[in-house]
This record gives sequence, structure tokens and C-alpha cells, in this order.
Amino acid sequence: MSTSPASESPAPDPLLTARDVVKRFHHNCVVDHVSLDVNEGETVCVIGPSGSGKTTFLRCINYLEKPDGGVISLAGTLIGYKIDKGHLVELRPAALARQRAQIGMVFQHFNLFPHLTVLANVIEAPLRVLRRKRSELEDEAMQLLADVGLADKAHAAPSQLSGGQQQRVAIARALAMKPRVMLFDEPTSALDPELVGEVLGVIEKLTAAGLTSVVVTHEMGFARHVADRVVFMDKGQVVETGAAQQVLGSPEHQRTREFLAKVL
Amino acid sequence: MIRDLVTRSEQAATDRPGEEAWTLPIRPRRRIGYWLVALVTCLCIALLIASLATNKAMQWGVVGTYLFNSQILHGATITCELTVFSMILAELIAVPIALFRLSGNAFLRVVGYLYVWMFRSIPLLVLLIVWFNIGLFYPRIGFGIPYGPVFVSASTKQLVTALDAAVAALGLNEAAYSSEILRTSIRAVAAGQRDAAKALGMRSTVMFRRIILPQAVKIAIPPLGNDTIGMVKSTALVAFIAVPDLLYSSQTIYESNYEVVPLLIVASIWYIVIVTVLTIIQSLLERWMDRSMRSAARPNVAKLAAGSLHSREAFGAWRTVPGLGESETDT
Repeated sequence: MSTSPASESPAPDPLLTARDVVKRFHHNCVVDHVSLDVNEGETVCVIGPSGSGKTTFLRCINYLEKPDGGVISLAGTLIGYKIDKGHLVELRPAALARQRAQIGMVFQHFNLFPHLTVLANVIEAPLRVLRRKRSELEDEAMQLLADVGLADKAHAAPSQLSGGQQQRVAIARALAMKPRVMLFDEPTSALDPELVGEVLGVIEKLTAAGLTSVVVTHEMGFARHVADRVVFMDKGQVVETGAAQQVLGSPEHQRTREFLAKVL
Repeated sequence: MIRDLVTRSEQAATDRPGEEAWTLPIRPRRRIGYWLVALVTCLCIALLIASLATNKAMQWGVVGTYLFNSQILHGATITCELTVFSMILAELIAVPIALFRLSGNAFLRVVGYLYVWMFRSIPLLVLLIVWFNIGLFYPRIGFGIPYGPVFVSASTKQLVTALDAAVAALGLNEAAYSSEILRTSIRAVAAGQRDAAKALGMRSTVMFRRIILPQAVKIAIPPLGNDTIGMVKSTALVAFIAVPDLLYSSQTIYESNYEVVPLLIVASIWYIVIVTVLTIIQSLLERWMDRSMRSAARPNVAKLAAGSLHSREAFGAWRTVPGLGESETDT
């Protein structure tokens, strides 16, 4: 599953679609008409200088930030709205929560629940949101923790773990909800350099297994290696998008070239 | 500038200790000032204690005879009851008020704000007297339809005792302060926690109960403990409406025997005892919260498989279509 199904069929319906997403903070347009299609099984890396709106765009996808314009859809269903007599009507919080349950997110600062053990962190949401059985979830969670290499830490508190370990727990926690798409928001930016590898290794394995994901990252080597497509954003806009080799290897735009010259 | 630095570092090089420095044993520095301060402090405290112990006005003998007087002990229990019931009432009101103030609904926010504004503005003593005289405002309390027929009613004077009035006044006043503590504690929980809970699909009720509240309570315990201790002493105000609490009991005794100072000392000793017990409870609670933070929600350990293989199926597990509420067996 290392190649995306996108390259095989000519025009599949994208799993995740963002159309003209706009987000403003106090008249400052942070995300400026960004559109993006992500196909099933595809890995898209979003790169760009800090302040380019990458993270905000990612947070708009699962409605952690409410977009000021544009629409996002997952598997043909609008996120955050329903269509009612020719109007888009905002969803009730419960319905929005159900939609979010299908979109996994991994944060820059892990955001593990400090009052719960590692295992409890992983099973909390499926237990309370999907209302599944605890015994079943614990077995699944142990498997997920083993997959991220942390089976022995199941009963540790998050505070007893290194940053890299915490981030791997956060990944397991998001996967426990069996999301259709995963959003990674600079998953290694808050880590010590020697811990970056273990987290990227896990993400790489997941994407290789066919996980649909959008990864905001500053790790150009990772993007080149793992991404099916790379999106370069600057000043809230998508400047360039294309195959990883093309965007990172021979970028068309001057701004992309300037950025890459600085970071590579 | 740079030249200065260079010459200085050259000088430093000449001051380097000889080889023998590496082998010398370390001797702690003499701390003369520390022990001098200790001596003076102890001397001052000893003088103060001596002056109090030998002071005729204190009449320690009288203090001794009244320390376990039944009226005093009854007063102390009334003070404890007032503190407990007022704090319970205060927290019962404070939780909704705090949630109102954090609500997305502007009307609820205004209600919460008005409550805090009102009850922080009115002096507790005024509130106490108003509640004691609540019969003047509402002579009869009944159950019925507003502006319609009344089914049951009773005289307010009979229904609301002085003790009730005291609990109401203390509780309503404290609720305003407690709600501020709770509000700020809830806000102090890191924003990332909310993001994570929302991203996992939790509804706000689940998020609040399972993620925010446990962390907020931990933050709120020290200031709430502080307020509880403050409450112990606020209860002394009920002497104004003749509730026979600790202070009022000692007052009734000294009004008949004129031993004012010894009886105030007796009351103070019991206030100190109550506050000391509360302080211990608070620190135990804080320690318990710290520990439960570390081992909370410990799941059923025995049942767990000791970790699984790195199988492709394991990584493929998420790929099964996520049916909400649907349970499925893996591997």
C-alpha cells in the first residue's frame, strides 16, 4: 500500500475535500481561499514558513477553528453544516462531535490527558464517544500501544514519558477511534532532535499501511520520503502543490524555491 | 571591548589553581548569619510567650475551667455545622454560576455576572441581617402558581430559623467567591486539553465531566480550602443574629461573669483547633489529588494481553469503516 490508489484510477472521489477555506483573525486573513483534495490512502504533507496558515487550515478541517468561508467535506458529507432548503445550516454540537470522531488529530504539544494513564488516554474516547465495551477496547488499545512500541508503558502516567513517547501515545489515542483520515499538526516540532525519528517512524509505518493523512511538517526529508503530494503554503495561500519530488526537487515558484533554500 | 575581554581571560588563566586543587576535600561554608538570625528570632518568641503566659489579664486558670465548658463545646459544634452547610450550599450554587459565566449563551453569562457582582458587593453582615428579617420582605412562603392560587403556605418566621438564615447568608456570599475560583480553575486547564477532547469527538458534557473537571478541581482545591478556612471565621458574624455559635456562647458566658479576655481566648483556641484540622484535611486532599492524578482510571490490568505482535493487521485495524457505536472483534 505504499503507492496511493489515486495513481491507479484516474479520477476517484476524494475522501477529504476542502474548497476555498477562509479563516480570519481580526481582519487578518490567516487562511485565504485554500482548496485541497485528499484521496483515500493518500499522504499529503503541508509545508511552508511559520505563520503561513498551515496549522490553522488543518484545524479548520475538523472544525476546531470555524472557517469564515468555504466548505470541507469528508466522504461526501459536509463538515459542520447540513443542507436545509437551499441553505447551509450549522450543525448542532452533538452532530459536529460525531463528525469529528471520524477525523483523528495529533497535536504539536501531544495534549495527552494528564490525569489518565496511557491506556486510559487511548480508550477514553472510544469508551465515552463510541460507547464500546471496555474489555474489548483494552485489548485493542494494548495492540495499538504495541504497534507504536509502548506496550510496556500502558500503566504509566503521561508525565512519566518522554516527548517522543507521549506523541506516540497521542497517535495511538487518535487511531483508537478508527478515524477515516488523520491530521498531524507539526507532530515533531516540540521534540528534542533525537526523539524526532521515533515519531516519524511510526507515522511512516501508518502511511505505508495506507492511512489517509494530512501532515503539517517542517521535516523536509520526511515529506520527500513519505508524501504522495506536497502542498507549499505561504501567507495563507497555497502557492504550489504537486508530487513530493516535483515540489521539493524542482519547484516552479520563486517563493517555494526561496523557502526551500532556507530550510534545506 | 573585545581586546579587554581577551586580556581579562589571559589574566584569569594566570589565576588558575594548581594541580593540588583537584584532590582537596570540600568543607561546608560557615553560616554565621543564619544562626545569628535563629538566635534572635527564638529569643523574641520566648519573650513574647513569657509575657503572655505571665500576664495577669490572661487569667489562664479561668481559660482552663471554661475550655471544655458544655456551652462552649456546643457553640463549637454549631460553628462547624455552619461552616460545613454554608460551604455545601455555596458550592451547589457556585458550580452553576461558574458554568453560566463560561457559557456560550450571553444571557446566562449576564446572570452569572450579576450574581457575582451582587453578592460580592453586599457586606456579609448586611446579608445576614436581611436573611434574619426575611419575614419583613416575604411574610408568608407558599407553593402555588405565580399571581394565581396558593396551595400550601406557612409563615416565614416559623419556616426560616436563625440558623437557616445564617447558612443562607454565608452560603450565598461564599458562592460568589467560590464561583470565581471554579471559573478561573476551569479556564486554567490547558486549551490543548479541550482541543484534544473535541478532536476525539467528545461532546461538551463528556469533555467537561471526564477531562476538564478532574483537572480543574485539582487547581481549585487550594483556594477553596483557603475559603473554607475563611468561612470558619466568617461564621462568627452570626453572633449578631443570636445564633449560639462558638463566639456567641463565650459572649453569653462573659456577659454574666465579666471574664471577657479569658473567654475570648477560649473561643480563639477552638477556632485554632478547627482551622488546624481543616488545614490538615486540605493538605491530605491535595496529596491525594496528586497521587490520583498519577494512577487515575487504572484499568483492569489482569485481563490485558501482554502486548501484541507488530502485524500488518494491527496497523490495518483502523481501516475498517468506523461505524459509530458499532463493536467489532479485531485480529
